[in-house]
Amino acid sequence: MLKMLGEYLILMFETFKRPDKGPVFRRQLMVEFVGLGVDSFGIVVIISVFTGAIVAIQTAYNIDSPLIPLTMVGFTTRQMMILEFSPTIISLILAGKVGSRIASEIGTMRVTEQIDALRVMGVNPANYLILPKITASMLFNPVLIIMSMVVGIWGGWFACVVTGLVTSTDFVSGLRGWFEPFTVTYAMIKTVVFAFIISSVSGYLGYNIKGGSVEVGRASTKAVVYSSILIIFFDLILTQLLLI
Amino acid sequence: MIEVKEVSKAFGDKVVLQSVSAVFEKGKTNLIIGQSGSGKTVLMKSCIGLIEPDEGVIRFDNRPFSRLSEKNKVDIRKEMGVLFQGGALFDSFTVEQNVMFPLNMFTNQTLEEKLDRVNFCLKRVNLENVNKLFPSEISGGMMKRVAIARAISNSPQYLFCDEPNSGLDPKTAEVIDALISEITEEYNITTVINTHDMNSVLQIGQHINFLYKGKLWWQGDKETILRAENPELRDFVFSTELTRRIKL
Repeated sequence: MLKMLGEYLILMFETFKRPDKGPVFRRQLMVEFVGLGVDSFGIVVIISVFTGAIVAIQTAYNIDSPLIPLTMVGFTTRQMMILEFSPTIISLILAGKVGSRIASEIGTMRVTEQIDALRVMGVNPANYLILPKITASMLFNPVLIIMSMVVGIWGGWFACVVTGLVTSTDFVSGLRGWFEPFTVTYAMIKTVVFAFIISSVSGYLGYNIKGGSVEVGRASTKAVVYSSILIIFFDLILTQLLLI
Repeated sequence: MIEVKEVSKAFGDKVVLQSVSAVFEKGKTNLIIGQSGSGKTVLMKSCIGLIEPDEGVIRFDNRPFSRLSEKNKVDIRKEMGVLFQGGALFDSFTVEQNVMFPLNMFTNQTLEEKLDRVNFCLKRVNLENVNKLFPSEISGGMMKRVAIARAISNSPQYLFCDEPNSGLDPKTAEVIDALISEITEEYNITTVINTHDMNSVLQIGQHINFLYKGKLWWQGDKETILRAENPELRDFVFSTELTRRIKL
């Protein structure tokens, strides 16, 4: 475990160096924005819309006391999406989608000697391969998470209006009530930390593969498992630090 | 010129190289030959800096490459071209982007200048009209030629080829051998080739180093190798039906 941590820190030290060529780095960054960010729009939208709808319906279903106003449905959906669902659950889904992609892409480059080729050319492979992925994830994941919040809340509203469980006026009223802007800041801090965990841990596991295609598969699975555990662990720590 | 002096390397208890000394001359095709497990790949990887030798030194034109820090090795690495066994082409790049890669990283040439150089290198390895294809869309022999084009695109002083003929048919293998030999003479570079293909040895072996059980066992050239008296070398050279018939 300590050896792994040491290797990870050394790799991060190599990664966070000034890129050899600015234009090459910027081009790689654009490629990663598309591969890691834009390509994830679809899955984020679909999951967020449905989860927002489910949260809203479940909340409405559980309010059986006439003393609790139905505006609580909009309020609860908003809080659930902003505080936990969008930053944490979507990050866990991205750990599966993006993390496995990073680990298998870099791992395949390792077993086919492409990383050795970069190194003998005089290029810093960690910096060239991993830095654009970390940077793209940390810059683009907040966009995905904000989008998830918006479409998730819309999904909740849509479900309530279509099923007739809550009126649009009640839902929107709850949505606008007792809003604390810091909750969005908290969600963004979590998102950026989780983005770093997903991209750096997956990059590390792909970069240090020894062996062949079986190891690429293993690294890909490990990337998802390790990133998910670390996301949950840091979720707890950040919640303790930022909200209490 | 590359000088390997008393280089040793072990992985745990397994000694792979034992005090190997050799000189790879400029303008010549220098071959490292030997059976699988004899230490050829470790010697080549030590030369290109992918493995640190436990003892000894490797000098590139009197510069002690193996003793330099990673940061200081970069200048010498920029003078190297390496042809890996599988080509090691970047599979997300086209042929053109692969060959242009060293130019993008280490020169300030304009796009037109880089394209001119890419087309020149591809033409030099007898490849035309493949610029926009991806590595997965070309044959094994073409991949090797693209890898050679990439290796020479930045005008290297040293060219390393790891098993350049592996996986190729005899005719394509001969074309690749001839190409490496021509490039070596044309640009007067130091070329080191790691092979166990006797056809290559007899075709382009200007300076041959035979490794046996991690030791440098014999040195010579393609003219003397068939007459060598060394029993381990003879056992290696005449291990195929083809070479046994030559012997007769």
